[in-house]
Parts: sequence; structure tokens; C-alpha cells
Amino acid sequence: MMEFTQADVLSVLGTGIKTLVILVGAVLMAALMIPIERRLLGLWQDRYGPNRVGPFGSLQVVADMIKIFFKEDWIPPFADKAVFVVAPAIIMLTSLLAFAVIPFTPTWTVANLNVGVLFLLAMSSLGVYSVIFAGWASDNKYALIGAMRTAAQMISYEVFMGLSLLGVVLLAGSFNLGDIVESQRGLWNVIPQFPAFVIFFIAGCAEIHRAPFDLPEAEQELTAGYHTEYSGMKFGMFFVGEYLGIVLISCLVTVLFFGGWLGPVLPGFVWFFLKAFFFMCFFILLRASTVRPRYDQLMAFGWKILLPIAIVNVAITGAIVVATS
Amino acid sequence: MEFTFFLAGLIALVTTARVITCANPVHALLYLITSMLALAIDFYALGAAFAAVLEVVVYAGAIMVLFVFVVMMLNLNAETVAREKSWLRPKLWAGPSAAAGVLLLAMLWALISGGAEMGGITGAELSAREVGMNLFGPYVLVVELAAFLLLATLVVAAHIGRDEPNGVSDAAARGERVTSNVQVGESR
Amino acid sequence: MKNAAQTAFSATSSVLRTIGMTFMHSFRKRETVLYPEEKPYLPPRYRGRIVLTRDPDGAERCVACNLCSVSCPVDCISVVKGEDETGRWYPESFRINFSRCIYCGFCEDACPTYAIQLTPDFEMGEFNRQNMVYEKSDLTISGVGKRPGYNFYRVAGMAVGGKDKGEAENEAKPVNIKTLLP
Repeated sequence: MMEFTQADVLSVLGTGIKTLVILVGAVLMAALMIPIERRLLGLWQDRYGPNRVGPFGSLQVVADMIKIFFKEDWIPPFADKAVFVVAPAIIMLTSLLAFAVIPFTPTWTVANLNVGVLFLLAMSSLGVYSVIFAGWASDNKYALIGAMRTAAQMISYEVFMGLSLLGVVLLAGSFNLGDIVESQRGLWNVIPQFPAFVIFFIAGCAEIHRAPFDLPEAEQELTAGYHTEYSGMKFGMFFVGEYLGIVLISCLVTVLFFGGWLGPVLPGFVWFFLKAFFFMCFFILLRASTVRPRYDQLMAFGWKILLPIAIVNVAITGAIVVATS
Repeated sequence: MEFTFFLAGLIALVTTARVITCANPVHALLYLITSMLALAIDFYALGAAFAAVLEVVVYAGAIMVLFVFVVMMLNLNAETVAREKSWLRPKLWAGPSAAAGVLLLAMLWALISGGAEMGGITGAELSAREVGMNLFGPYVLVVELAAFLLLATLVVAAHIGRDEPNGVSDAAARGERVTSNVQVGESR
Repeated sequence: MKNAAQTAFSATSSVLRTIGMTFMHSFRKRETVLYPEEKPYLPPRYRGRIVLTRDPDGAERCVACNLCSVSCPVDCISVVKGEDETGRWYPESFRINFSRCIYCGFCEDACPTYAIQLTPDFEMGEFNRQNMVYEKSDLTISGVGKRPGYNFYRVAGMAVGGKDKGEAENEAKPVNIKTLLP
């Protein structure tokens, strides 16, 4: 049998602590996004938002959490129970798993995978099941329509997301996210890969079905879309899952296009946090300002505009990389 | 790594068996997805991290979604489940599974007598670069053939999904409104 | 091709402009009235809490005619008539269930004596629903409300204790219906 040395135990312990910190940090950040979003939306709509609970409304999230924990956890009698219960767990699981490969600083990564970028794409593609199964298991027409929209939207936009990442991968010569950050030491990827950045951001927005691409849960048409029948903490998991998605995509944009932890003077973690937080706020600004496209417009925009741009971008980047190497 | 490999393999076997025996199609699909995830873990344990991730991205993440998508539309109810159950009587599956068992025996015999070398399950990594080198080196013909096949499916999908602007189709000839079909998600 | 490029440009710039304009709202004044600290102005004819007013003499105006109760669309007013020694009617009990009241103001319109009036006050929250039922003592105020100087019995053509028909202020003698003479 294998012998465990003290160093082994320490490294396992260290990884465990790291995992726990990142896990708790990600969930906390996602939970904090809720009051931040409400306050910022208020700011941009010339009102205040929640400002009563705690200083500047900062404890609103605690109040909401307490409320949602004590709500009745109801499963409709016509629902497919097993699938109905599994669905909200999937989105939390895949979003949190995706955080495993994100390098917050050179040393703070849970899993330094060599196929990190692909792992992210894999996790985001598994996230589709959460919405689809939730919609199907609810046995409700609004939920089903929401689920159908999600299936088509997420599968399509995953394609552009992957294609836009290829340019970055070509420049770095590696699928490893840490290597990708290191490759941006001279110049952030956002400058040579600007079209890829725009496509990635749009596709990421569609992937986590955030406004303006929130067709799966378009309130005006589908009440709440795929989570119409959900209540209590199961709904809470969808809710937190959505915000986890925002945090995740913001972290990804930071890592892939804005040089991750790189930056002068301040320590790496602070730089990472500042950059990621900027994009989280930008997601909220997008929600405050843009209108939701029609479903066929969404599809046409993806396949007729984003796909050609992404392919041309990959081709040109590849040609330049081959020519200069 | 060995433990992971065999555990994932066991999960894959059990879930695949459930795919066949499950009366509810959506539950069967859930098992199929789990089975694919288990297979991906096996790939990873064997060192093919690239193949493992592609298994998840392409099979579990994209193709199975389309399966689920179609099954979702079938308006399943208790009646369907009952009918599925009636098809699972031993009289119906005994024959085919006996035949499949013979095939399994033949394959096991071939594997054992052929003296297939079992490499250690170490999790030593095969990098994406090597995969690419192999694909565009020794296997380039297969890759190109697959590309042809995909191109053909793309053309077919574009043909089926196209608009009929000049009244070519019957519906347009009769003056009916032809709705544009922009769902090309299947052409992937 | 040129058209497509133009469309793409104008669409992109319009989206970017929208985002920019929304962001510029960070520096605008906020429209919210922070209510409990900052009370909004309510005009005198605001339809809020209902009160029963009194004459300039200090007597109750209500004559227990039940018109308010009849006109109330949600049936939240209940009045019990009483009669004093001079023959005047007065409400023995007057009860409004404010948890049903919709503050439509029909009762105020229906009242022949301007007794029932709506006031600019809406802060009537209670933890116990039963406390929303206001009795006559809770409703009656000591003032005249929106009708200063009005006294029903002084202008109405009614014979009641201490006053015959036509003896009140601004009142002509009653017409004799038994004769054709003017």
C-alpha cells in the first residue's frame, strides 16, 4: 500500500482548505450579488433600492435568506418528483465545479487542469440539464416553453463561446487557464482578441440566461419560465445558481481577456477581484439598459453574425500564430 | 486512480443497465447522461483527459440535450410508462439478451486469449497536443472523411430548414404563409 | 452589403448609447420619497381615514339616515338609529370596518348633513385586524371638518323639537299645497 508522508497529508489539507475557501467565497459572492444588483439597478433607475435592513441595506440578503429558508418547500403533485428535485442541484453543482479550475492567484487554484478551458465548457454545457429537466419535470406549459428555449439557446451559444475561446488558446498555446493568464503578461488578450472578447461576453450572457438574453424566464411571457413551479430553497438554488453564473463568467472574462491576477502595485488577488467585480457590475448595467430580443432574433443573431465572426477570428489568429512562430 | 476507474466503470455499467430497464424515457435519459459522465471519468483515469472532456462537452452536453429535447415533446404520461413496462417482459428480452451474451463471451475470449496487454491505470496524461498530432498525422484520412460526413449533414440541414421564397414549395404555391425556420441548432 | 454594414453599425452604436445613457443616470437625482422620514404633501380633499364631524354648535351632525351605509360598495359602515326626546335622530352606534373600506368617498357624497368626511390621513396600520374596526367614539372629531359653519337643522325643511318647518335660516315658509294661490 501507499505510504502517506506528512507532506502528503499537509498538501491534501491545504487543498481542502483552499477548496472550502473558494467554495464559500463563490457562494457568498453570488449571494452578495443579489443586494448589489438591487442597489445598482435602483441607482440606474433613479431610485434607492433596498436601503432599510442594516447599513445601506446590506443585511437585506440575510433577511431574504431567512425568508427563503422558512418558506414551504412544495412539490406539485403532478410533477415528476425525482427529476424535479435533482434539477436545481445540477445548476449549483456545475457552476461550483467550474470554479475549481479558475486561477485566482498563481497559487490559488483548486485543480490545475491541463484542459481547463474545455472543462469550463463541459460544465457550462451540463448546466443546460438543470433548466431542461426543471422545465420538463414541472409539467407546466410555461416551464416547458422556457426549457425548450433554453435548450436551443444554450446549445447554440455554447458553440460561439467555445469558438471565441480558441483564439485565446491559440495565443497562449495551452488549454491551462494559469498558462493563459501568464501569456498575457505583455499585453492583455482583450486587445489582440477584441472580437473574441465581445463574442465571449455575449455568449456568456446567453449561457447563464441573463438579461438581455433571459428568454427562458421572460417574465412578461412565461411568468417565470422554467422555475415557475419552484418555491422555497429549490427556487433559491436556481436564483443563487444564476448569480453564481454571473460571478463565474466575470471571473472567466478576467482570466481569459483581462490578465487575471496581473497588475501593478496591488497584490494579485485584489486585482483579480477588482476586475471581476467590474464585470459583475457591467452585467447589471446590461440588465438595466438593454431590451430582450425576440426568440428568432436571438437565434439569427447567433448563427448569422456571431458564428462567422468567431470563425474568421479563429482563422486569422491561427494564421498569425503560424506565421510568427 | 485504479479505484476511481473501477468505481466509475461500475457506475457506467449499472446506469447503462437502468437505461434499458427504465420505463420512463426521461429517467432513462438521465441514466444515460450519468453513464456518459462515468465513461468520461474512465477516460480521465486512463490518461485521456482531452477525450474525457470532449465526451462531456459533445455527448453529454450537446447530443444528449437534443435527445432530451425531443423526448420532452412526446407528451409522456402514465399510459406511455405502462406500455413501456409491458414491453419489458422476459419473453421479449430473453432472446436478444442471450444472443448479446454470446457476443460478450466471444469478445471476452478474444480479449483474454489475444493476451491484450493491460496498461496500468495511472492517470498519466495524454496532452491535447498529442491528440492533435495523432488526429492530423496517422488518422488524417478518418478526420477528413468525418468532415465530409458533417458537411453533408450540414447541407441537408440547410436544405430542410431553408425558406421557400419563390413559391417552390406546395404550401407557398397555395398561398399559405411559410414561416421562416431559423432553428439550425440541430445542424451541429 | 453596404446596407448590412450600416445596420450593424447603427444597431451596435444604439445599444452602446443606451448602456451609456443608463450609466449616466448614476449621477441623477433620485426620485424616491423616503416616506417615513419625509412625509408627502396630501391635499385637503385626499380620501383617507373617515371621520364624523360636528356642528359649529358642537352637536353631532349625523342624523342616522343610513345613506352612507347604503351607498357603501363594500358594506363596511353599520349605523344604528336612535331618537332623542325632541324627535331628532342620532346614531346610537356608528361602526366602520376599515379593513374593508376602499376609501371611494361615496359615503361622503351621499351624506345629506356633511357629517361623514374623508381626511388626508392614511397611516392606520394595525397588527390586529380587529383594531381596524372603528367605533363611533373613534370616528367622531370635535371640529367641523371641511364644512365650517354648516348646521343641517338650521337649513333643512324639517320640523323637529324646538323648530317648526320654515323657521330655519334662509328658509321660506312651506308652500301650502291645498291651494292654487301663489
